[in-house]
Amino acid sequence: MEKLLLVLVVILAVVGIAQIAKVYQVSSELQKRREEDISPTANKMNANLWLVFMVAFFGFFIWQFTEYSDLLLPQAASEHGVAVDKLFYVNWLILIPVFFIINFLLFFFSWKYVHNKNRKAYYFSHNNKLELVWTIIPTIALAFLIIYGLRVWNEVTDEADEDALVVQLYGKQFDWTARYAGPDGKMGESNYLLITSQNPLGLITNETIEARVIELKEGITKTENKLASEIMPDDKAEDLEDRIGAYSRQIAKILNFRESTNDLSTAYDDIIVKGEFHLPIRREVSFNINARDVLHSAYMPHFRAQMNAVPGMTTKFAYKPVITTDSMRTILDDAEFNYILLCNKVCGSAHYNMQMNIIVESEEDFQKWLDEQKPFVEPEGIKATKESEEEKVVEEDGQLAEKNGN
Amino acid sequence: MSATVEVQEAHAHSHEHHHEKESFVSKYVFSQDHKMISKQFLITAIFMGIVAMMLSVFFRLQLAWPGESFEILNYFLGDRWAPDGVLDRNMYLSLVTIHGTIMVFFVLTGGLSGTFSNLLIPLQIGARDMASGFLNMLSYWFFLVSSVIMLSSLFIETGAASGGWTVYPPLSALPQAMPGSGLGMTLWLTSMAIFIASSLLGSLNYIVTILNLRTKGMKMTRLPLTIWAFFVTAILGVLSFPVLFAAVLLLIMDRSMGTAFYLSDIYVAGEALDPVGGSPILYEHLFWFLGHPEVYIVLLPALGISSEVIATNSRKPIFGYRAMIGSIMAIGFLSFIVWGHHMFMSGMNPFLGSVFVFTTLLIAIPSAVKAFNYITTIWKGNLVFTPAMLFSIGLVSTFVTGGLTGIILADSALDINVHDTYFVVAHFHIVMGLSAIFGMFAGVYHWFPKMFGRMMNSKLGYMHFWMTIVGGYGVFFPMHFVGLAGAPRRYYQYTDYPMFEGVYDLNILVTYFAIFAASAQAIFLFNFFWSIFKGQKSSQNPWKSNTLEWTTPVEHIHGNWPGAIPIVHRWPYDYSKPGKELDYVPQDVPLTEGEEEH
Repeated sequence: MEKLLLVLVVILAVVGIAQIAKVYQVSSELQKRREEDISPTANKMNANLWLVFMVAFFGFFIWQFTEYSDLLLPQAASEHGVAVDKLFYVNWLILIPVFFIINFLLFFFSWKYVHNKNRKAYYFSHNNKLELVWTIIPTIALAFLIIYGLRVWNEVTDEADEDALVVQLYGKQFDWTARYAGPDGKMGESNYLLITSQNPLGLITNETIEARVIELKEGITKTENKLASEIMPDDKAEDLEDRIGAYSRQIAKILNFRESTNDLSTAYDDIIVKGEFHLPIRREVSFNINARDVLHSAYMPHFRAQMNAVPGMTTKFAYKPVITTDSMRTILDDAEFNYILLCNKVCGSAHYNMQMNIIVESEEDFQKWLDEQKPFVEPEGIKATKESEEEKVVEEDGQLAEKNGN
Repeated sequence: MSATVEVQEAHAHSHEHHHEKESFVSKYVFSQDHKMISKQFLITAIFMGIVAMMLSVFFRLQLAWPGESFEILNYFLGDRWAPDGVLDRNMYLSLVTIHGTIMVFFVLTGGLSGTFSNLLIPLQIGARDMASGFLNMLSYWFFLVSSVIMLSSLFIETGAASGGWTVYPPLSALPQAMPGSGLGMTLWLTSMAIFIASSLLGSLNYIVTILNLRTKGMKMTRLPLTIWAFFVTAILGVLSFPVLFAAVLLLIMDRSMGTAFYLSDIYVAGEALDPVGGSPILYEHLFWFLGHPEVYIVLLPALGISSEVIATNSRKPIFGYRAMIGSIMAIGFLSFIVWGHHMFMSGMNPFLGSVFVFTTLLIAIPSAVKAFNYITTIWKGNLVFTPAMLFSIGLVSTFVTGGLTGIILADSALDINVHDTYFVVAHFHIVMGLSAIFGMFAGVYHWFPKMFGRMMNSKLGYMHFWMTIVGGYGVFFPMHFVGLAGAPRRYYQYTDYPMFEGVYDLNILVTYFAIFAASAQAIFLFNFFWSIFKGQKSSQNPWKSNTLEWTTPVEHIHGNWPGAIPIVHRWPYDYSKPGKELDYVPQDVPLTEGEEEH
């Protein structure tokens, strides 16, 4: 019924417009009015509408500026962020007046110079001096903005300090993991071939290599059994054979880089955290950013920081936090506030919810927090301590695969 | 030159003999006449535009009222993609992707250039037809096939491509990574490959025609600015689309032949993949090497159209004709060396970023010159507000407003925080989306009498314009604030983030404006199709314009002019010239004694 009504309304509307148009046309034909002759009334009306529009447009702009100013990001929480914000303001100071002036001139002239049959337009085809002026003025303004902008850019992208805290940010569909070097101060090496549910970052240690090789060998055996025992279409059999080939190649590669890695124990004390990571205040943090599957982008808006995470390479971004989470909560008068890390490069169905909280705190609190975290391998051995967590990870991954399959 | 004219003359005569034998198929379907092809492009593009606009309304509903049920979504998308009327999150990404792809390529590239380059190049330079009518016909049919393939991808089981219109690998290369990267992506790539062929055929034809088939007296410095814009656009297309073709081809290989151009060290869906040594950044470079000139492929024809419309309806010469040509060429050249500004956050070397900051900000200079020249043209003019004129003035406004935020985005240090947020969405929709679509509407209203021999209703045109500009700014202006709040684009919903609570209101406001703007297009559609059949018959030169297309008869004929092609004696902008009785002097009127050209 509703649909029928809707259709009726649409039909009536079309018929209505058609009738109006027709009446309009007949009447204009009676008056010998041609569609191409724009009447003085129509011209005047449109001229006035430009002014009305201008007022509404500028009003809309100002209304939003006042109404939604608290929506804008709060003050920058990183050292370079302060410089970036200043650059932003300087740009706005130039651009907003230009926006108003040019739009004003455009709309005002549109109103003022509306057609008048007693007047002839001013034949003004060019004026080199004038054109030179408005080539040079933007050039000077832009030269200033370019130089200023590049100085800030250089400051932002400067090499991180030697004593910077190194944190790895690792993106995958659809969460982030952060890793710290641990007491030895060295990040363990990693390789994507070693990724398992127990070793989500693919860290290279003797144990992870062995575990992965065993897993791959089991995979080969399983596939071979399947090939031998089941009857299947050729293309599926081919897929399985390809898989055996791929697994064997992976085993060869893994054994190969076991040879080339000097120290297979640097990853033992690495600290891996999910859901939330901590940073000390006023110490530069240098992020090494990686991804395992597709492009992600590590975006930390409050720190004015963003860098893509690219499979197959490490990207870097460094900043120095200057406002603790607690201070920011006071500033914003919001006890729940948290700095966040978001994904800002479309990466799949749950891209919109790939976040991690960031806690900025004093150096002591940070050290305390870090000491409480479990290292990748507990001194007594790899298996005993982490089992319960492993199960959870497996479960999560299982759900994920299901979602992907949908 | 006179030899060329004679050849064309003979050509035209031979056409006239065939005139009566023309069948329905050769006249309306496999037509080689540029005027018919331009209509085919226009109507296809209008259809694609309606689809793309509907898609945007669908995802705007989700953005304004996340997770709420809408029967209309279920009605159009079915139980699979909108169970109980709630938009599926994979479908959300597909809608965003296909909306972008159709708007950028099918409406504003194929549609805009295809329609107006085809219609106006032969008519305004004084040629009987395009250099190759056959290639021209192929160009349209390739365009149609690619459109059909792109649309068909919306109906497959795994859904259309959904990695965003830029389809960055590895996401687009790995069917395991998301459903839309399966068959949907294959169709996307196929469609684009065919589209590129269409675009190249068209562009080559435009360039050859403009260079070789100008009538006697039509020096390059007497070409209307429309033709200059189409000319530079075609050159940009010829030089940049092949690069996208290469990017697409390599992506196809990575997807189905096991190569590793873009892939390295990937572990997805529980498996480590073989490919090692490729880089997604290579794809980004290739894509944006087309992608940035593409912005100007979309924009320049619109600027060309508005130059012509503004001069005609201001009854005043375009100010700084040569400066306008110079800035079109400067923009065209610079557009090739700025692509890296899309990649400041890609992991590219920061120093390389600095170079792109420099070149990108340079583009603002010729753009500013254009804006000032438009305003000076209007100054002390005698403005006739046809619907086309309204849209052209609207274009100048959106071009300036959207262009200014480009200065922010070009600055790598500022881009850090607004990259891939709604600020970018606001910027390019205003500067490229609104401007180009305004240019397209201006072109349709202005040259409708030339295309169909009838007039569109101006009252409905006014309604259409005022609703569109209010709706357009209403949609995209608030997005600046959403972006400055840090809200990323291509998010299905923002409800998982306390920090984005403030943007809910704005998202609702934007969606209301979007529905308003979309409904305004119904007025246009009605006016357009109704006027084709019922509009008032047009006179030969309804806008009292100087250019050659208005010297052809209202009824279309093969070869455009029944007799000899007019000879050109002056530039196209002799409006309100002192000492002349009328306020316009067509290009084919000889100079009187002692008259200076301009």
